[in-house]
Amino acid sequence: MTTEFQTVFGSLQDYAKGELEIINDNPKHYAFSNVFDVASRCAAYEKVVVAINLGYVLETLRAEGTSPWFAAAHDEFAIVMDGEVEVELLKLAAPAVPATKKGTVQLDGTPAGRRMGYVKCKRGHQVLLPQGAAYRFKAARPGVILLQTIEGELSKQKWREICYT
Amino acid sequence: MSALDVVASPASNETGYRSFQLGSFSFSRDEYFVRVGWQANGQQLSHKMSADAFLRAVMRDVAWGFFYGWVNFDSMIGTRNLYGKVEFYAGTYNPAYQERGLDHKETFDSRQIMATFKAMLDDWTNEGFDPFAAPDETSKSWLGKKRGHNRGAIERERQACKRMPGLPGDAELRTDENGYPVNRAFADVPQDEPEIHAEPGFENELHAFSLFAYLSRSDVTWNPSVSSVLERSLCCPTTEEYILPIKHGNDRVEWFIQLSDELEWQIEDKTTGAPRAKVIMKAGDVAAMPADIRHQGFSKKRSMLLVWENATPELPQLYESGKLKPYPVEF
Repeated sequence: MTTEFQTVFGSLQDYAKGELEIINDNPKHYAFSNVFDVASRCAAYEKVVVAINLGYVLETLRAEGTSPWFAAAHDEFAIVMDGEVEVELLKLAAPAVPATKKGTVQLDGTPAGRRMGYVKCKRGHQVLLPQGAAYRFKAARPGVILLQTIEGELSKQKWREICYT
Repeated sequence: MSALDVVASPASNETGYRSFQLGSFSFSRDEYFVRVGWQANGQQLSHKMSADAFLRAVMRDVAWGFFYGWVNFDSMIGTRNLYGKVEFYAGTYNPAYQERGLDHKETFDSRQIMATFKAMLDDWTNEGFDPFAAPDETSKSWLGKKRGHNRGAIERERQACKRMPGLPGDAELRTDENGYPVNRAFADVPQDEPEIHAEPGFENELHAFSLFAYLSRSDVTWNPSVSSVLERSLCCPTTEEYILPIKHGNDRVEWFIQLSDELEWQIEDKTTGAPRAKVIMKAGDVAAMPADIRHQGFSKKRSMLLVWENATPELPQLYESGKLKPYPVEF
């Protein structure tokens, strides 16, 4: 076997979609999509659900410019799949989201709280978006975020548009 | 007999290997093969697997704690996790055997079957053979008569974080210093970590790490770790090379997100093994694995895969009863 390897990651500029070969099944059951394809066609920081499991979701976000401030009543985790994304975090002075509310909530303006700092992420980096914090993303050039969260009021499901059928 | 007693023979004078008994199933190995025996419908029946394939399959079952649902070692034998108990079966999901009443299954306390499998792995894994490794990374010392052990390889623990690796008190990140060098197939993966600029007092609250660098240092194949936990939502990334040594039969929907390179999944009906689809995934692809299938992966180059699981305990019963449809979404 060759001893030289080239690892292939995807990006907005350079990605290839796989294939679904159906023998005896319904292709919709696989809800097959591609995060770069989704991000190439959605608005900045639109939260498009690419995977759902009884309320839990993985969302794809196109990172471009500065996002609104977001918060959730639970932890969330972001993986930068392409580009460079800065995540700014702020410790909320008071809960912005009721404890029972699930999913990401968009906050008006800049919420009151203490500045926690920021994290500069590149491709493959994962950042914790902790419960009790507000956060916003900044990206000088378009990038892609995969967000582990719970389905909420901002989650958009558009399976017909994003999946192979 | 206590729950953890392992029933084993003395070492064979001919091969050096011990034989094992689990309920009415017998397990033995020789220079090339593992033989599993059982009785059904008044007949003595048996099944053979290449010993390396058997060891790779048992290794995953042990490391995964029998995982979610079915771990088919091949089209004949395997385990079904009943969470606290585990079923071992032969022929139950092979229509030719099942339709003629020649299949057999028994349910065991999880601790007993785990102890028996660990004893088999310990005795049947020769020095130099690593059942977690890709074929290019390990020797052919699984062949032949018994010689030595490889306990360091088979006693690795699955790395599962409580919230996210690298947080205080949580799973460690992987480094050269703690025994996780970059794998040969990921030598080109950048190792830079995120820049964390915490304000005073928030040093332990801001957290980030390079997931791709973490995965590039995985020392095993087809063995998910846990890299983030949100209630019952678990991200379980893994690195894959060659062939998944088992066919995983789902007892719930799981999702795959291909992080790098390419992986092909052969999808079969969970009960009959009839082919249903092939899913060929490239970097960035996302696909659901329905709750009524079994699947086996093929990866020509070591690749990074994010397996996303819902660990809600009630799910197997909800899918089995038909209260939940086997696929995740309708559109």
